[in-house]
Amino acid sequence: MSAWIMAAFMLTAAAGAVMVILYRNPVYSALSLVLTMFALSAIYVMMGAYFIAVAQALVYAGAIVVLFLFVIMLLNLRNQQALKESFGLRAAVGALLGALFIGVAGGTMWAVLSPDQFSKSAEVFKDEGHTESLARLLFKNNLVPFEAVSLILLAALIGVVVLIRFHGRPSSDNSEESNDA
Amino acid sequence: MTPELTYRLCLTLSAVLFAVGVAGVLIRRNAIVIFMCIELMLNAANLAFVTFSRHLGVLNGQAVVFFVMAVAAAEVAVGLAIIVTVFRTRASVNVDELKLLRR
Amino acid sequence: MELAATAAKAVFIVAFILAIVPMLVLGERKVSGWIQDRHGPNRVGPGGLLQPLADGIKFLAKEVLAPKSVDRKLYFAAPALLLVPALMSGAIIPWSKPIPADSFIGNLLSAENWSPDGIPFQLARIDVGVLYFLAIVSLGVYGVILAGWASNNKYTLLGGLRASAQVISYELSLGLSILAVLLMAGTLQVDKIVEQQAGAGWFIFYQPVAWFLFSVTALAETNRAPFDLAECEQELVGGYHTEYSGMTFATFFLAEYGNMAMSSALNVSLFLGGWTLFGLEEMIPWYLTFLIFIGKVLLFLFVFLWVRWTFPRFRFDQLMRLGWKMALPLALGNVIVTAGAIALHEMWSAPLWPVMAAGQLALIGAVVLTSVLNARADAQRSQA
Repeated sequence: MSAWIMAAFMLTAAAGAVMVILYRNPVYSALSLVLTMFALSAIYVMMGAYFIAVAQALVYAGAIVVLFLFVIMLLNLRNQQALKESFGLRAAVGALLGALFIGVAGGTMWAVLSPDQFSKSAEVFKDEGHTESLARLLFKNNLVPFEAVSLILLAALIGVVVLIRFHGRPSSDNSEESNDA
Repeated sequence: MTPELTYRLCLTLSAVLFAVGVAGVLIRRNAIVIFMCIELMLNAANLAFVTFSRHLGVLNGQAVVFFVMAVAAAEVAVGLAIIVTVFRTRASVNVDELKLLRR
Repeated sequence: MELAATAAKAVFIVAFILAIVPMLVLGERKVSGWIQDRHGPNRVGPGGLLQPLADGIKFLAKEVLAPKSVDRKLYFAAPALLLVPALMSGAIIPWSKPIPADSFIGNLLSAENWSPDGIPFQLARIDVGVLYFLAIVSLGVYGVILAGWASNNKYTLLGGLRASAQVISYELSLGLSILAVLLMAGTLQVDKIVEQQAGAGWFIFYQPVAWFLFSVTALAETNRAPFDLAECEQELVGGYHTEYSGMTFATFFLAEYGNMAMSSALNVSLFLGGWTLFGLEEMIPWYLTFLIFIGKVLLFLFVFLWVRWTFPRFRFDQLMRLGWKMALPLALGNVIVTAGAIALHEMWSAPLWPVMAAGQLALIGAVVLTSVLNARADAQRSQA
């Protein structure tokens, strides 16, 4: 039962990813991206990575793709035709290369696991206390990277403000771009 | 589905997502969609991290995923700000038309 | 039988929303009438009690129009995308204390076989509890954005843009105000947070600032007045749902009120002790604790209505200023104060409550002072 659900989510994730690049309309691309994010989130749940699953939904689906949609709508507002594009020879070559790459990379990843190092412990993936042990790992063992990431976010925040301010047009819609950081 | 098969499938899915992301960056000319494809690649890496974390029974992979998400958020904020800024001067987000760094 | 219990709880959540929405629709009109010193609906049924039924029939009977230029797929998907998160967010709410295994329902589901401690009246007891709620609530904005975009109308598009900017801005303060509670509780699970409040006192007494922030940002997240810029009639006709009619419009309505009910339920669970009532909950059977919980939620919903008919709507720049320059610093400062007080408490066993109260008072003073100074500087600049 759960195997079939897992497989369905995997197929959904892959199909969503393909649709991201096939739709011409960027709004549909963004929605396909949400579909992929959700399927991945469900896969994380089924693998017992609850915190990552929720963070995936919260950060990607809840913030990042909303920001994408926001920008798409903001730009569409002025020029409906600017985002149209055509698929030609390049697309065909790209698709061929992409398919080749999928084959190579997929095959490699399929073969990369060696069966002898399998599932030494499933202890960390118990339902209770999973988030707590992850928090300990983040705030104790990985404290320096954690702080470094906070600096990156701060730098991004300042960078966005500078980018927008520098261009002059200090109106209210400028503050949104910095939201996500 | 045995755990081994699950892990193999997840890793393959990760490879597929990454490849689709690469193909999208190569094929598409819309800067926003290219950004989405970069997100796809980051997600592929995340999936691989979580799968290996599960497979090896240690949580470190999930900690890395957390960092990847934070960096992705920062990257999207800056990237979209750049796209909006470029759009204001060029009225286009087609990367083929953006050949010059100056106005 | 566990599956049956889960299914029953899921059905309950849907039924709860479907039952509370007509009450809220009637309540909204009655409360607005009361506040504006008029009668409100009083023609259908005794005292206007059947008004929601008449409204429902009207919605069902009206034609569902889709204008020619809309993106039909997204146009019809948008109301559903708004309603589904509203329904899903109820999954982590603990509605009452666990239903004992030897009660009627426990016997019916033969609970002693699979859960001898009683059936938790909570659909999903997951480790990430509150985070799940945040994640689901943040998805509701897709419905608004897509409705605005798919309608292909400049007013709806502006409504959608406003909603997305607003929800992303206030989500930060919402998360940070919850974080202060999580620091005190030391767990993400809502049922455990409620149980802790039964022993240690409601968190509103420790975290009044966080509670206030949560309530205000919940108003903003649910697009309620005074934060209903996404649908403000005077500027945007009807905002993101201008082009909707009949049942599709009613779905937006349902989702809005459902979101209100769920955010009130979470507010009650996190800050007002959920189904507890100063030790009384030990003595009474589970269904009375359920009534206590519902009573608190209804109290909050009344506050929602009260606020709507009391405060004027913000302007968009005021909304952004409030979100980024007032709420966010306040929420961040509150997290620091809470963490500092807990650290002092654990290291030198300083009394928790006075330290936290002093810190919060200082915080409020600082924020008020800076905003006054800012306002004065703005006034001087505009004079010059």
